[in-house]
Amino acid sequence: MNRRTWALLGVLIPMLALFIYVALRSGPLAPVPVTSTTVEQLSITPALYGIGTVEARYSHKIGPTTAGRVKGVYVQVGDRVTAGQLLGEMDPVDFEERIAAQEAAQKRAAAGVRAAEALVQEVTARQDYAESQARRYESLLRAGSASNETVEAKAQELQVVTANLATARANLEVARQELVRVGADREVLIQQKANLRLLAPAAGLVTVRNVDPGTTVVAGQPVVELIDPASLWVNVRFEQLRATGLRPDLPARIVLRSQAGRTIAGQVLRVEPVADTVTEETLAKVVFDTIPEPLPPVGELVEVTVALPALPAAPVVPNASVQRVGGRLGVWLIKGNSLQFAPIKMGATDLDGRVQILEGVEPGAQVVVYSGRSLGAHARVKLVERLPGVSP
Amino acid sequence: MISLAGRDILHSWGKFVFTGVGLGLLIGVTLTMAGVYRGMVDDGKALLDNSGADLWVVQKDTLGPYAESSSLYDDVYRGILGMPGVARAANVTYLTMQVRHGETDVRSMVVGVVPGGPGEPGQPGYLIAGRQITRGHYEAVADVATKFKLGERIQIRRNIYTVVGLTRRMVSSSGDPMVFIALKDAQAAQFLKDNDAIVHQRRRTSANPTYNRPGVPGLLNSVIASQSINTSVNAVLVQILPGFTPEEVAEPIRRWKRLQVYTRAQMEDLLIRKLIATSAKQIGMFLVILAIVSAAIVAFIIYTLTLGKIREIAVLKLIGTKNRTIAGMIMQQAVGLGIIGFVVGKIAATVWAPFFPKYVLLEPVDAAWGFFALMVICVLASVLAIRAALKVDPAEAIGG
Repeated sequence: MNRRTWALLGVLIPMLALFIYVALRSGPLAPVPVTSTTVEQLSITPALYGIGTVEARYSHKIGPTTAGRVKGVYVQVGDRVTAGQLLGEMDPVDFEERIAAQEAAQKRAAAGVRAAEALVQEVTARQDYAESQARRYESLLRAGSASNETVEAKAQELQVVTANLATARANLEVARQELVRVGADREVLIQQKANLRLLAPAAGLVTVRNVDPGTTVVAGQPVVELIDPASLWVNVRFEQLRATGLRPDLPARIVLRSQAGRTIAGQVLRVEPVADTVTEETLAKVVFDTIPEPLPPVGELVEVTVALPALPAAPVVPNASVQRVGGRLGVWLIKGNSLQFAPIKMGATDLDGRVQILEGVEPGAQVVVYSGRSLGAHARVKLVERLPGVSP
Repeated sequence: MISLAGRDILHSWGKFVFTGVGLGLLIGVTLTMAGVYRGMVDDGKALLDNSGADLWVVQKDTLGPYAESSSLYDDVYRGILGMPGVARAANVTYLTMQVRHGETDVRSMVVGVVPGGPGEPGQPGYLIAGRQITRGHYEAVADVATKFKLGERIQIRRNIYTVVGLTRRMVSSSGDPMVFIALKDAQAAQFLKDNDAIVHQRRRTSANPTYNRPGVPGLLNSVIASQSINTSVNAVLVQILPGFTPEEVAEPIRRWKRLQVYTRAQMEDLLIRKLIATSAKQIGMFLVILAIVSAAIVAFIIYTLTLGKIREIAVLKLIGTKNRTIAGMIMQQAVGLGIIGFVVGKIAATVWAPFFPKYVLLEPVDAAWGFFALMVICVLASVLAIRAALKVDPAEAIGG
């Protein structure tokens, strides 16, 4: 063997070795790199994750009860108001004049009452006179100094006057009731006028000022909207697939979208008895332990994590190791150099991706977590610390 | 016995090896082109594999969800779950878009999956790092080709998502890496353009007197609210119970639900025959030309290599070497050149394949076929060269 042969072999043999390495270590024939973990007996604390919006439990929409024009709005958005504070007024248009008319009518009715009273007095006087006349002629008839006809005329006179008195008393009653009616009508107008004043029903914060003075609004259209800032809560929506165990009084962690790093403590106030059938979500109300200051804007998106009680220890695997093969859910067990698929029954999961296994694997078993390709029972595998292409 | 071919190669081994390496690079290009074609087809199959479905239920009379757009109401799956033979059914949405990542954006296919846990239809089948989605919102599992890293925050439309898991070979039929997010987020992403678009939409709506009527307060808000929801999905992925054939399950859904249902075989046919047909043919055509050109070049190299030695061959004949020995020498050299070329080509293709932006699948079967074809070409080319060598007049060795 001379130098040339060695040189040629020196080129060809490494080339051939590289070729064999390349053919076996890349492409479909290469072993699948996998990472493994040991099934641990662990207690996990499942948690539920939902998103929601900040809402006010009590919000008041204040507007007129009849159509009209807005005369003034005296508050601005962001103002804090007290119960009974004047927020705005509607234009009264002709209310003053109608009240004045009713007052005049009331005076007239009062005069009517006095006239009816005078009439009653007059008729009463006439009746007294007619009575005494009737008695006198009665005694004259017995003495024989008056005719029967005269006595009857006097008796009839008395009857007429008595009837007149009844009429006068009835008229007095009419006049009195009229006075009451007219007074009540005036009260109605005054009440209605007062109703044009838009008052705060409770202390709160002005959130919306819908219209400005001069705008005509229909009955029921809100002019100003108030919320009670102390009643802020979160209306949270939980995906129904992941709402197991949601119940009132569970502690919750609330993260406002505007303050991603800050967690606010709260708790579940109630789970709504009616779920959203369209979006397939369960709704719940979560209250803040203390209302954050400054107030979060109503309608801001929040993320809510509800912690459930810790579960008793059970075999736990990462959810990345659970796969469905041939219609069955399971994990790949590492037995020496070969893989074996073990069907499992999954239990609770937590938000960090740990899954409790109810049956199928025992603690201490080695299972595949990550793999470079999908696995089969005959796949050649190579255990690695970390898959190629994944930075630490 | 002294190998004449071996002696000759040793005589000028540098020339021989470098010719082989040059030939090898050409063969490497051909193998890579075959790999590009295979990779294209494999991208389509990977899309079907990683959806984990046996049946695809899509809008009637469409070739959805990959080859055409398809839109279904998101409660259709409830009815499908009740059909015989259906084990699991899950909504899915697909949307190819730019996903913002810091300063840049990455073209990817955003897949909205029901966050029902591992093994549900549509979920990524295996991970290479991190974990599967556990929260119903704002978490993403991305293909490693997106270059996203675990824990990074990416932006899809208006919302920010945290990358919690990485997977591999989860691509669309055009090779865009997938980003898996929860279905509700994806539905929102399909609808929500961006804040500006929403503001403009609201303004347009409020400018429309039909919707913004003074006498009906609240109508405008209702209209805007109804514009801001999206209850559509692109397809329902169905897994069937053991003991049923896909067609047995598909037929009642087509008949009674009046929806289009594709089985795996039909879907593959759709993707490969219709969706990537033209680009695959383009690559295929190029592959054919490249193969022919490579074959021609290999043949010419061997032929000229032999003609370059014509004087030596004439001397061999002059000293009475048998024709068989000479023919053997030429053929052995040709085959040897072919083997070196193949080895170099295979190594080269394997080395540069991972640097291609799209998947290049180097199938051992393709390599075997390539090797076989190369040997045939080498033998044929050497036959031509042998004919030329044997016809040479021994007198040329002295006459010149």
